[in-house]
Amino acid sequence: MNTDALKDLLYRLADDQLILGHRNSEWNGLGPILEEDIAFSSMAQDKLGHSLQLYTLLHQLGEAEPDTVAFTRNAPQFHCAQLVELPIGEYDFSLIRHFLYDHAEILRFEALSHSSYEPLAQVARKLKGELKYHTLHANTWIKQLGSSTEEAIERLQNSLNYTLPFALGLFEKTAAEDQIISEGIFVGEDEIKARWQENITKILSQTALDIPDLAALTPVFGGRIGEHTEYLQPLLDEMAEVFRVDPTAEW
Amino acid sequence: MDKATILTWLEAVKDPEIPVLSLVDLGVIRDVLIDESGRVTVKMTPTFSGCPAMDYMQRDVVQTLQAHGIADVQTEMSFEEPWDTNMVSEKGREALKNFGLAPPPAYQGILDLDILEYAQCPFCNSHNTELRTPFGATLCRSMHYCNDCRQLFEQFKPV
Repeated sequence: MNTDALKDLLYRLADDQLILGHRNSEWNGLGPILEEDIAFSSMAQDKLGHSLQLYTLLHQLGEAEPDTVAFTRNAPQFHCAQLVELPIGEYDFSLIRHFLYDHAEILRFEALSHSSYEPLAQVARKLKGELKYHTLHANTWIKQLGSSTEEAIERLQNSLNYTLPFALGLFEKTAAEDQIISEGIFVGEDEIKARWQENITKILSQTALDIPDLAALTPVFGGRIGEHTEYLQPLLDEMAEVFRVDPTAEW
Repeated sequence: MDKATILTWLEAVKDPEIPVLSLVDLGVIRDVLIDESGRVTVKMTPTFSGCPAMDYMQRDVVQTLQAHGIADVQTEMSFEEPWDTNMVSEKGREALKNFGLAPPPAYQGILDLDILEYAQCPFCNSHNTELRTPFGATLCRSMHYCNDCRQLFEQFKPV
């Protein structure tokens, strides 16, 4: 098995979960209603757990300890898509991002549960069950708010239009793509993107929201090869603040 | 010392977030191995991958067995046999209900939306309930409302 290609995939998966997990945690104490505060905080906790399992797989392949990998790299060494690093903005943006991201994520882990790399398949079988609650949560709110007041619909539509090019960036391929597919590690980005489009369309078509023509949009690529927005480095600095002061701190 | 005895001892180790439920009944203790030198390995699997209680559970397992005189004991976390809520024992389900937490419904095959939304009220046993939010005070709980006794209640959510 090509270990470099496998590591490339694992870093993409783990970094997406870690960074969006951190962003979700920023809703802690700020959610528009108590249930949403708890929901985003719970999803943050799930995603940090997912990233830990994936960094553990990387550690087993010879990379540094999970905490070291998570807290000592700078933005150019991160492989997350730019979608996950954007600030939480208003609730409509965070909800749309959550909807678009988790629909892709659950499909990834469903596919990875059949991976030829058995340790990854085992982790994926676990994670996909937890992710069901994330898509259930996103679908519920998109369907309710997407068919409610004029303001809610307009806000969601604007966020959807703004976020979709970033969401398409989730499917950016790296140089490892062919190898990952030919070795049966993963079905590949094209396959996931096609299923994703089908699934988000199914939900959005039950609302008053218009679905832009995805083929006409230019995906925001670069995240997978370390090109990031101005928002990632400040996030990393804040996330790693305690670790950098005292790597042995416990609390 | 044999596996059955150790499992009896482990009955005393409870889920730190649900203190009426033993780890054995929760289903996270998957096996107990004893090698020729007397070293005990307790094989465990996490409930939720981000559950902060798992570290405490491992520590409690080691401390409990050491208190019974087993010097050489270790835990091993693995995803080989991933945990799902069907692994919660009948006794565990009863304990959850008495604690005021609706037990996770047993299911076969794929966990679909109907199962996620379904819960039986632990207070009045009504099925006339609705899912309020799939997230609760801990990762393993969802929140539901009973239309009959008009109480909000929590469920140990099925995965």
